[in-house]
Amino acid sequence: MKKNTEQLELEFQEKIDNEIKIEPKDWMPDAYRKNLIRQISQHAHSEVIGMQPEGNWITRAPSLRAKKILLAKIQDEGGHGLYLYSAAETLGVSRDTFLQWLHQGKAKYSSIFNYPTLNWADMGAIGWLVDGAAIVNQVSLQKTSYGPYSRAMVRICKEESFHQRQGYEIMTKMARGTKEQKQMAQDALNRFWWPALMMFGPHDSDSAHSSQSLKWKIKRESNDTLRQRFIDKTVPQAELIGLTVPDPDLELQPNGSYKTGEINWDEFWNVVKGNGPCNKQRLAHHKKAHDEGRWVREACLAFAEH
Amino acid sequence: MKNKLFKYTLRLGDNALILGHRLSENCSKGPYLEEDISITNTALDLLGQAEAFYKYAAQVEDAGRTEDDLAYKRPENEFYNLQLTEQPNGNFAHIQVRQFFIDAFNYYLFSQLKESKDPTLAAIAAKSLKEVTYHLRRSSEWMIRLGKGTPESNQKTQQALEDLWQFTHEMFVADEVDETLLKEGIAADLHKLKEHWDAKVNEILEQANLQRPEDGYHATGSKKGYHTEYLGYILAEMQYLPRAYPDAKW
Ligand SMILES: [Fe+2]
Ligand SMILES: [Fe+2]
Repeated sequence: MKKNTEQLELEFQEKIDNEIKIEPKDWMPDAYRKNLIRQISQHAHSEVIGMQPEGNWITRAPSLRAKKILLAKIQDEGGHGLYLYSAAETLGVSRDTFLQWLHQGKAKYSSIFNYPTLNWADMGAIGWLVDGAAIVNQVSLQKTSYGPYSRAMVRICKEESFHQRQGYEIMTKMARGTKEQKQMAQDALNRFWWPALMMFGPHDSDSAHSSQSLKWKIKRESNDTLRQRFIDKTVPQAELIGLTVPDPDLELQPNGSYKTGEINWDEFWNVVKGNGPCNKQRLAHHKKAHDEGRWVREACLAFAEH
Repeated sequence: MKNKLFKYTLRLGDNALILGHRLSENCSKGPYLEEDISITNTALDLLGQAEAFYKYAAQVEDAGRTEDDLAYKRPENEFYNLQLTEQPNGNFAHIQVRQFFIDAFNYYLFSQLKESKDPTLAAIAAKSLKEVTYHLRRSSEWMIRLGKGTPESNQKTQQALEDLWQFTHEMFVADEVDETLLKEGIAADLHKLKEHWDAKVNEILEQANLQRPEDGYHATGSKKGYHTEYLGYILAEMQYLPRAYPDAKW
């Protein structure tokens, strides 16, 4: 006998509650599928668009070692994009369609990549803060309810912790270097601190997708919980290398946790809506490469059909 | 002798660094993500080779310079990379044709050098040969795929062959450094190398429905430090930080 939707939904939620992973062929509510398609593709686009701000310094990396590490790091991010596109494709949407949505502005990517990289210390700040924030989020997502997404996260997390350490190493060298290097390091922290905190998304009370995502265990912890974990981990690291977190209201509380000033949510929503310093540039770069690659992809298809 | 070995090793490092740098410029600009990653892989292999050759060159020179000094503190006219390696990325066909020409050259070069009487050069060549074997397979496959793909891809690849052909001749021009070290059993025999290279290029182009270009202008001079206009810009960008902040450690 065919089960009705209500029964299917009940069984689905029971699986979730019992920590049984949902797999591509399993029944799932439409809204769960849509939510996942949105989140995983956004995550994949973030990895790929994230190659650009760091790519901006490849040709100016100041030593052979630094050049190799940066290039390998950016290549890893491209690899993360691949895993995530594959995970998203298991939900029945092709990579071409994901890219179309990206180019049409229907799909988002993390706003952090709409900020420019202006000095070499930014390569440190991105690894330390941006990969650092990503890890906090992704470690939590290793337990997400959708099997392919969870497995992609496990692979990705291993590499992200390397990136975070390499970034902090650059930052340490810069902060302990010449006067100019120290200035670059502080400047990079000044510019990336707040956007890094914004990476966790709006406050729980203002988050449109949060409660349903938590019930379905797509997300395992709330935005504010994850953000606080990142802050508490990162502030002492800044102090250790003599840098100042650009927040006059920052305060260590008796419970060992840091209280911060209020995030500029107007800026956050503006960048999300497309009005950030590099939104147009990042998308145009991706579109241009994609368009210029059209004849190559066509050649591959034609050749494969011979 | 020492000076000649230094120069010979430096040239090998310069070829790897400048081509690796050019490929690294392409990161995030590939025609699709998998290929973007593959090109970066080749760039990383080449940067690793550059590092190994520079380390050895610095050791041979024994003047207190490091591999980074050699990469970041030399002026343009002390770089000895083949002019082919510094040519701009152009379109994807230019990237793959440039790569194919150099991969074929490197493949036969390192096949000879792994038998070099200089044990360090032989060791670096043997390690690099594994990477270059893979590079050559990849760029040969691209020649065939693009040559036989669509009329557009065939035409673009033929055009890239025509554009870059003038830079292939200097790969085989031997100077006194090559000749002296060849006699010592250290350097590769460029004459033999050219025969192998020609045969490989002819074989792949034929499979790819592409024409070997007619010989015309022969670009030359890199072994004396003469370059095309492009190298100056590569170095201006690459060397900017170490030159602007000479006291800084990165
Ligand atoms: Fe990543
Ligand atoms: Fe990363």
